Amino acid sequence: MVKLRYEIEGGNFDLAGGASSQVKKVLKQLNIDPVLIKKIVVAMYEGEVNIVAHAYKGQIEVQIFPDRVEMKLTDEGPGIPDVEAAMKEGFSTASQRVREMGFGAGMGLPNMKKNTDELRIETEVGKGTTLIMTKYLAYE
Amino acid sequence: MSSNEKFHHALVVDDNKCIRCTHCIKTCPTEAIRMVNGKVEIREERCVDCGQCMRVCPHKAISIEQDDLVQIENYRFKVLLIPSVFIGQFPYAYTEDQIYRSLLKLGFTHVYEVEQPIEVLKTLIRREIRENKSNLPVISSFCPAVVRLIRIKYPAFTEQIMRVKAPHDLVAHYILENFKKQGVSPDDVGFFYVTPCAAKITAVKSPIGEEVSIINGVINSNHLYNKAMSVIEKVDELDVEPFKKELTKEGIQWSLTHGETWWQRAKTISVDGIHNAIRFLERMENGQVSGFDFLELRACDRSCAGGVLLSQNRFLVVERLKMRARLYPASSVKMEAEGYGRFSGLEPLAVTDEIKPRPLMLYGSDTFKALEKMERARNIMCHLPGIDCAACGAPTCRALAEDMVNGLAKMSDCIFIQQQWQNQGKVSPQKAFQKMEKKWGENRFDPDCTKKGAKDESF
Ligand SMILES: Nc1ncnc2c1ncn2[C@@H]1O[C@H](COP(=O)(O)OP(=O)(O)OP(=O)(O)O)[C@@H](O)[C@H]1O
Ligand code: SF4
Ligand code: SF4
Ligand SMILES: [Mg+2]
Repeated sequence: MVKLRYEIEGGNFDLAGGASSQVKKVLKQLNIDPVLIKKIVVAMYEGEVNIVAHAYKGQIEVQIFPDRVEMKLTDEGPGIPDVEAAMKEGFSTASQRVREMGFGAGMGLPNMKKNTDELRIETEVGKGTTLIMTKYLAYE
Repeated sequence: MSSNEKFHHALVVDDNKCIRCTHCIKTCPTEAIRMVNGKVEIREERCVDCGQCMRVCPHKAISIEQDDLVQIENYRFKVLLIPSVFIGQFPYAYTEDQIYRSLLKLGFTHVYEVEQPIEVLKTLIRREIRENKSNLPVISSFCPAVVRLIRIKYPAFTEQIMRVKAPHDLVAHYILENFKKQGVSPDDVGFFYVTPCAAKITAVKSPIGEEVSIINGVINSNHLYNKAMSVIEKVDELDVEPFKKELTKEGIQWSLTHGETWWQRAKTISVDGIHNAIRFLERMENGQVSGFDFLELRACDRSCAGGVLLSQNRFLVVERLKMRARLYPASSVKMEAEGYGRFSGLEPLAVTDEIKPRPLMLYGSDTFKALEKMERARNIMCHLPGIDCAACGAPTCRALAEDMVNGLAKMSDCIFIQQQWQNQGKVSPQKAFQKMEKKWGENRFDPDCTKKGAKDESF
């Protein structure tokens, strides 16, 4: 099992995407189906951007097992008051500043759900959010 | 499916000239070079022939193979194919015609610039974009170093590479067809291509997507330039206009940055320099680049004007070609006047077979085993100092760790680890020094004044 860990800084859009790009490189070296890699990386990217856009700081832990990839994204931030609403396509509370940078379409969480096999969200308003995503590497 | 054909390589290291300085090892964009038993080793499956190592070698120890010029005597018609950047090598004082004539003086019967008839390539590019709407951008196949880079490091993009041959192939077919029309047997015609770089040689010697190349021999640009300069004052007043009948603005600038894009209406982008190309492909793979129809990627800074076998300053080459281009008709205008019909027979000859990916699997292709190896390499990284000094013979600590789990290197290759072991009494200083000599060659550490910055710089 390979374990990777990245610290994510809230508000720093300059670096957003760096961790997912790194994970992509690692997965490529393992001869994993490019289609699966793409899905994993898209899901992780959305999660990474959400920490940058909505939280203060966070970290991502990726574990690569022979049969699956697990991603755990933990942040200190405002939390999500209504998870069910947040999961809907188009729902967004992104600030004007974030929208100007091309984010805030409300597609991140739905994309994460679509591109992974399991998505679990634990969140506490005023404290932070933990997101656990799993993608199985079963060959299609 | 990846193909198993062996990559041919044009770059050769001269062990006698090499002082084992690691410049090449550190600069290689695919980490293909290592120091093994006192010798520089280029790992074939990783090398893309970009020529960066040759550029940085302070001792000119890396060179590019070429064919012997005497073999032109085997043919009745000796056709020389030069890239337009070759013209840019000469001082301005020499006119284009003088340059052509100097090449004839060297024994060639015909001299053509390769970037013609360019309308065929333009047509194929436009068609490829039209027919591949679902898989854009189409990626240019012009630079063989980039094509190889994509095949090994970005295999998923391989199918987006244009399946069209290089200009030198196309022009050779065009000339051969004309010879045939005059009743000349193809066996009597020899084609000799002047290359600006290592990658183009490799493309001739092991062409991707075709069996054998139509080119019979390859000559290095700098070599031919010196020969031409030795006769340029003594040329005969021959008419060279017939060789330039199909030269156009687009053709002359084809091998420069934007050469394949400036005339297009589609949404295109041009990137030059291999490190820039890598960064761009990385972005594209991350899904951060979208909306382009056509992508021109070239390994050299200023594209072929910066080819490693050219000696003239690349900016001056670009300038000269731009000036020249002004004097030639646009290909589109020429087509309106003369029609395209005469070229349509060339199209099938310009298309290659499928280009296959050839992914570089650092830890082998078995995911399970690769995962184990990767885990070990990452553990090893905790112990290596992360200084990336290349004194172990690998370009970075990470590369050394990868080599170690693949059985190609040892922990003791790291000089800092050695030092630590000595400090802890785990290894004797004698033993440690022996190891170093094994890696770097005997007497490598004796004083020697022939090196840059020392007394003797005359190598
Ligand atoms: N880590 C988080 N911390 C706090 N709130 C979050 C977090 N992630 C998502 N949210 C909330 O859920 C909403 C929806 O998230 P989602 O990623 O789907 O869309 P978005 O980030 O607003 O826009 P897009 O992802 O399309 O750029 C966000 O607008 C935000 O209110
Ligand atoms: S760059 Fe240095 S190590 Fe590489 S071939 Fe040249 S002299 Fe040898
Ligand atoms: S840009 Fe031109 S000169 Fe440089 S490697 Fe590519 S084809 Fe050769
Ligand atoms: Mg989002």
